[in-house]
Amino acid sequence: MEIPAILFYFFAALAVISALAVVLNVRNTVAAALNLVVTMVSLAVIYVLMEAHLVAAIQIMVYGGAIVVLFLFVVMLLNLRTDTFPPGRQRLMKLVAVPLGLLVLAQLLRASGGLPEAPPVPQGFGGYRQLGIALFTDYVLLAEMASLLLTAAMVGALILAKRKID
Amino acid sequence: MPIEVLIKALFIFFVVVGAFAPVITWIERKQSAVMQDRIGANRADVAGITILGLMHPLADVLKLMTKEDVVPRGANRVIHILAPMVGALPALIAYAVIPFGGVYTFGDRTISLIAANPDWGLLYVFAIGSLATYGAVMAGWASNNNWSLIGGLRASAQMISYEVTMGLSVVGIFMVFGTLQLQDMVLAQDATFRVFGFLEVIFGIPIPWLDWLRLPAWGIFYQPLAFILFLTTVMAENKRPPFDMPEGESEIVAGYFLEYSGMRFGLFYMSEFIEIVVIAGLTTTLFLGGWTVPWLTQETIIGWIGAAFGVGFATGLCVLVHFGSFMLKVLLMIWLQMALRWTLPRFRYDQVMDLCWKAILPLSIANIFVTGLVLLLVRG
Repeated sequence: MEIPAILFYFFAALAVISALAVVLNVRNTVAAALNLVVTMVSLAVIYVLMEAHLVAAIQIMVYGGAIVVLFLFVVMLLNLRTDTFPPGRQRLMKLVAVPLGLLVLAQLLRASGGLPEAPPVPQGFGGYRQLGIALFTDYVLLAEMASLLLTAAMVGALILAKRKID
Repeated sequence: MPIEVLIKALFIFFVVVGAFAPVITWIERKQSAVMQDRIGANRADVAGITILGLMHPLADVLKLMTKEDVVPRGANRVIHILAPMVGALPALIAYAVIPFGGVYTFGDRTISLIAANPDWGLLYVFAIGSLATYGAVMAGWASNNNWSLIGGLRASAQMISYEVTMGLSVVGIFMVFGTLQLQDMVLAQDATFRVFGFLEVIFGIPIPWLDWLRLPAWGIFYQPLAFILFLTTVMAENKRPPFDMPEGESEIVAGYFLEYSGMRFGLFYMSEFIEIVVIAGLTTTLFLGGWTVPWLTQETIIGWIGAAFGVGFATGLCVLVHFGSFMLKVLLMIWLQMALRWTLPRFRYDQVMDLCWKAILPLSIANIFVTGLVLLLVRG
């Protein structure tokens, strides 16, 4: 087996195992958050193997780095000693979640059977140049709209936070 | 090819980082002693030989190795043990994309003295830097100590904030050099530019009698503001005084690593010093021309020496001169960081945040705008 294939299988397995650890770790929410970091970083490695370098860097910077904030939410908002969800609600959630998960799994298995052969990767694909050119020519309106949306969300968060302090 | 990469990785690990980090602890002690009019570390000796206190790093290692490794009661054992390693790893692997020498051709072999030269080099450093927060946050949480938790929370807030400005402060550098590959950036800096050349390009006033006045085409001369902003933010990322809020000895005892002892404490301590080397290497590469020799480009050296002693000898000489030049600049940046650490008084926590969001962020955005405007005028 070639080195990229070995790396792919290793990090794919790591991503799946740590993702399972996120959902199965109901007692220790901090450990669940840290497992999410492992999932995100393994996904970034897989992006590197797929030549999507910029996506990999952004994956680590935005998702990998931002889980610190999630971690802080867990530490500051949740009571770590006891299970905060009442048992009745948890049963209902399981009833909804398990069939939905099985449905998604079935869809994935069905789709992965008939995938077409991937076209060869063009030169410079996934680099910051190509992405920048695409983002600021063809999709400039969408990029600007997204940035406006984020600004609005930030201003809203600031107003909510300030009201409590003053 | 893999063997070449392995040799470079080992070289970086043992020479650039491994040998430097212990010596820096000595530099810090001696430099602070000189600055405070003391004698400084001079007691540790092997059979009476002290060599100016250079035996102290050895004594440190012995002390840390033989200390008991304590995990406090009620702490999360796994995360407590993992945290120092998670903290040290980003510092160790960030160095991979920093070039410590140029690109040399020996016959039909071309050697580039950099462990890995991906297309997204600088983004790699930032991505790795964003993971550096976890060591401090995990340590602070897992220690089951209120001071540690406060230290961990402070570390996360400070490092997330300064990550944003760290990225924005060097955007001007990408714009000037037009690349993210660090080796390409240094190659672009291996040149000179006319100090008053902008008068001719923008205003159309040629002044040929000042053409001899040239500066090396270094980042610091193109982007002086970015240099100051970047150095401030990376020093804040490293959590050393004057930005030592997460440790805050006078208020939260030792912050996130309060409950660590022995080699696990040593790992936090060493990762701080390794980060100093990484910061020095990165600032040298981005702003001080990396391995280049000012006013003396690689072609000039090979042209002069090569004519007399042959091109192969001249290229070999270039390797040594460039590596020496790089190490000299790295040492200069290390000295600067130490001098700042022992000169400036500490910030208060709210001042650290104000500096980031109210001073550095607007200034770096203004820097991007001005750089864009000037590039538009000069390059059309």
